[in-house]
Amino acid sequence: MTEARTPLWEVFLRSRTGLSHRHVGSVHAADAVMALQAARDTYTRRGEGLSIWVVPSAAITASDPAEKGMLFEPAASKIYRHPTFYEVPDEVGHM
Amino acid sequence: MSDRFSGLLLRRADDALVLGHRLSEWTGHAPSLEEELALANLALDLIGQARALYALAAEKGAGEDEDSLAYLRGDREYTNLLLLELPNGDFAVTIARLFLYAAFMDPFWRAAAGSRDRDLAAIAAKAEKEAAYHLRHAAEWLIRLGDGTEESHRRAQAALERLWPYTGEMFEPEDEVLVAADVCPEPAGLREAWNRTVDAVLAEATLSRPAECWMQSGGRAGRHTEHLGHMLAVMQSVARAHPGGKW
Amino acid sequence: MYSQALNTRDAGPSAEDADALARFQARIDAEEKIEPNDWMPEAYRRTLTRQISQHAHSEIVGMLPEGNWITRAPSLRRKAALLAKVQDEGGHGLYLYAAAETLGTAREELVEQLLSGRAKYSSIFNYPTLSWADIGAIGWLVDGAAIMNQIPLCRCSYGPYARAMIRVCKEESFHQRQGYEIMLTLCRGTEAQKAMAQDALNRWWWPCLMMFGPPDTASQHSDASMKWKIKRFTNDDLRQKFVDATVPQGLHLGLTFPDPELRLEDGHWRFGAIDWDEFKRVVAGDGPLNRERLAARKAAHEEGAWVREAALAFAAKRRRKAA
Repeated sequence: MTEARTPLWEVFLRSRTGLSHRHVGSVHAADAVMALQAARDTYTRRGEGLSIWVVPSAAITASDPAEKGMLFEPAASKIYRHPTFYEVPDEVGHM
Repeated sequence: MSDRFSGLLLRRADDALVLGHRLSEWTGHAPSLEEELALANLALDLIGQARALYALAAEKGAGEDEDSLAYLRGDREYTNLLLLELPNGDFAVTIARLFLYAAFMDPFWRAAAGSRDRDLAAIAAKAEKEAAYHLRHAAEWLIRLGDGTEESHRRAQAALERLWPYTGEMFEPEDEVLVAADVCPEPAGLREAWNRTVDAVLAEATLSRPAECWMQSGGRAGRHTEHLGHMLAVMQSVARAHPGGKW
Repeated sequence: MYSQALNTRDAGPSAEDADALARFQARIDAEEKIEPNDWMPEAYRRTLTRQISQHAHSEIVGMLPEGNWITRAPSLRRKAALLAKVQDEGGHGLYLYAAAETLGTAREELVEQLLSGRAKYSSIFNYPTLSWADIGAIGWLVDGAAIMNQIPLCRCSYGPYARAMIRVCKEESFHQRQGYEIMLTLCRGTEAQKAMAQDALNRWWWPCLMMFGPPDTASQHSDASMKWKIKRFTNDDLRQKFVDATVPQGLHLGLTFPDPELRLEDGHWRFGAIDWDEFKRVVAGDGPLNRERLAARKAAHEEGAWVREAALAFAAKRRRKAA
């Protein structure tokens, strides 16, 4: 007997710290309401979160690891985007 | 007044412990891993409520401490609702029982949060949030079981029929002196809210409300079903085998 | 969390592109994490799927021996702590199944492998819990042994496994402490309670040493796992580390270990010969409770089938209604 598959959901929590929702793991549930409850019961037992998102895993579009070079390496040479690229004399103070 | 107040605390503590114990029996045997965690959370909430209520009762002189009240009273001294001591049955019975009880306890704790007794009010304020989630979880499951497959519908309806005669006990009068002193709400006053919740969820679940029938009674007076004795025999076995033992 | 060196070896990579393999190994050597969509050798995928799912099965089966005492915990504080602990094991199983699923095998299939007897789980859970002290001994010894195994797994080369283990290790930190506290309370209690604690240590000590898996001389599997940085220490290294950490804790309790050869030598606690025949027999299926443990998992799965079906049927109905 092959068991019917219960869909997988990705769980995101926003913690007390005020940071954005962060991926914390997955749960299986037949629908969104039960996925939310499962996420609450699984991932917030130690007071980890104040807000939960659940997203069907199948709905996520991911970048291709084979395209890592094309996608991310061009950013590495743009050092002028970082504040340390620019010189400000010490006597001007913090900027 | 103190005995009356202790009596109230013990009734509600016994309710919470007995149901918490029953839910904990699911551990390792739940229908899914996700529900395994959910059932344990429910049980932990209820055991926590029981501990707070026993501790307060002990403070008021009902016993030495929470453990002596939980482990050293016999079944005739337990005053929990019969509904809560029935065996778990299948998942439909477990969910239907939790639903019927939480649909009552949610408004009960909300009202008790306004109790004149500040200790009880504090326990109620915490328990109310827990009961609200228990109601949510049980209702969502009952709707899925009722409106799921033919088999789940049949099991859910059978669970309601099985449990219905035990629902009347929830509405038996609380201690009139405590009610008059605004220490706790009068259960009969919560019936309308309970009916509304039950009817709305059963309708969405495509389940029918069982016909009104003769209601079981006796738990509040320590006259129980045959099941509680067995439950306590297991629960108290280690504690009673080592009198005075510290754990 | 109970990872035991149960993982059996795969034959090495065969027809795979040598360049791809070299690039993969270079990433591992550079301590880069391998992620689900990255290229990986089939043997790496198979080894990890097996190890992570067996780890998950161990968590789930491991709920049973401790679950056996939730209804009898002798105080409400202990009852709540034990229930929370066993619930954690369920959560760890959940995280680990999810990590295994990222390698391409669905949870339903992994569970089926357990229930059909094709997949293994940690042999320690085939031993019975006979007294309340066993709950203390399991927390102290079994979780203690598990932690030795798990901490290095937080640095495992496979990202989802490493991340799951970090969460697991964080949660586990209370498990061993609650076990040791139970033992300490019993050892400071009545004669009967102390005898209960000693009896539990006597029964659990040797099976715990077996949890680390066969001796390095007999384990032909470690090479690939070490090379791939799935595993970072050998079975014997971890076992010795566990014994060194645990013996002083037991002596502090005033208990004795069931090993006449146990002695301190060059800063290490040396121990007697482990009965590897017993280990092999229990792993192969003939332990005290192998059949009962599997039967309990099967019963829960089968009795829960109508519930899972109902949830799926309801979801399908609502989707149709919404369409």
